[in-house]
Amino acid sequence: MRIAVLSGKGGTGKTLLAVNLAAVAKNATYIDCDVEEPNGHLFFKPEGVQEEIVTVRVPQVENERCNGCRKCVEFCNFNALAYAKELIVFEEICHSCGGCIMTCPEKALTEKERAIGIVQKGTAGPVRVLTGMLNPGEPSGVPVIKKLLAEENPEASKEIFLDSPPGSACIVMESIKDADYCILVAEPTIFGVHNLNMVYELVRLLKKPFGVVLNKCLAGENPAEKFCLERKIKILGRIPFDQELGRLNSNARIAAAESEKYAALFVDILEAVRGEVRHETVADS
Amino acid sequence: MRIAIPVEEKTSAANVCSSFGRTPYFLIYDTETKESTFLDNSAVASAGGAGIKAAQTIIDNNVGALLTPRCGGNAAAVLQAAEIEIYKTTSPAVKDNIEAFIAGELPLLKEFHAGFHGRGGR
Repeated sequence: MRIAVLSGKGGTGKTLLAVNLAAVAKNATYIDCDVEEPNGHLFFKPEGVQEEIVTVRVPQVENERCNGCRKCVEFCNFNALAYAKELIVFEEICHSCGGCIMTCPEKALTEKERAIGIVQKGTAGPVRVLTGMLNPGEPSGVPVIKKLLAEENPEASKEIFLDSPPGSACIVMESIKDADYCILVAEPTIFGVHNLNMVYELVRLLKKPFGVVLNKCLAGENPAEKFCLERKIKILGRIPFDQELGRLNSNARIAAAESEKYAALFVDILEAVRGEVRHETVADS
Repeated sequence: MRIAIPVEEKTSAANVCSSFGRTPYFLIYDTETKESTFLDNSAVASAGGAGIKAAQTIIDNNVGALLTPRCGGNAAAVLQAAEIEIYKTTSPAVKDNIEAFIAGELPLLKEFHAGFHGRGGR
């Protein structure tokens, strides 16, 4: 069972929730898909970490063979190639489709590997921890996420928690593509509602079953809660606006492992998620 | 020499377009024959790499100098490889910039902004 945790912006509590759910689920896998700034590993401090380099394929040109016909330049939909006295390849713009190599009548183009990031695999007690890290300045983390998700072994653990990147762009779609259930984390502000709406529209578009966890809850009106009630969205749980929880989290401590109170909070949310997933499975069959 | 300027409309009274890669048209002005022609910029609707494609159009039309308010780093790399000089426009009206170029009063464009790689500015 793959459970993705997402939100419309950074700092709403995706990592707090994903890390603590994986910690209380035991025998789980935590996958950090927020490859631009992965920080789940700071909480788990995994051991026995193995690292693999993620590469993409880009064309390289042999100028002696190129006759300047520009078939490749015309073919490329992303404009990653230009011809000015000789062929210029913009590697960062290339989407690795390989089309330019196929269209070249002179066989002047070949493929080479270009490193764009790494994938780390380790363990923290009963939790497997997988982390994707994109090299700074790289335009797209999608290949790192593809590699990361291909590394997961669905047999190895009962539950997989995917810590998604913020927002609702391609990189998020890639992260939640195969998720069985999505948890949307929301802040109790008007701004929080705007961000919640972004991921709400995304999971509806992708037809994913989902529920919301309200984070940083205070006494008084909660616009995100109102948004959920008006749309009959399942509220899976509420995390209070709590200094002690904030302090533990800021010190890269897993709150559920530090106190009974927080363990109970995240167990309740996990049980609500499990209940929803069971309900979905029954509804599907 | 043929010079190119990104323009918002297909008239010689047009204003310079603030974008090089995504300008709708280019004005090509021949300083010898004093003739103006207009080119459609096929890069305008590109998902990404518009500057590179627009630069290719400039090269393919035997242009010696480009007059533009802004230019991205990728487009500049293509233009420089083709030894096309890039000048910075100093006023909105196309006509004024052509006159300033002929008088040798236009400065070279020295600062190139980062490409957005199809992701929108961030």
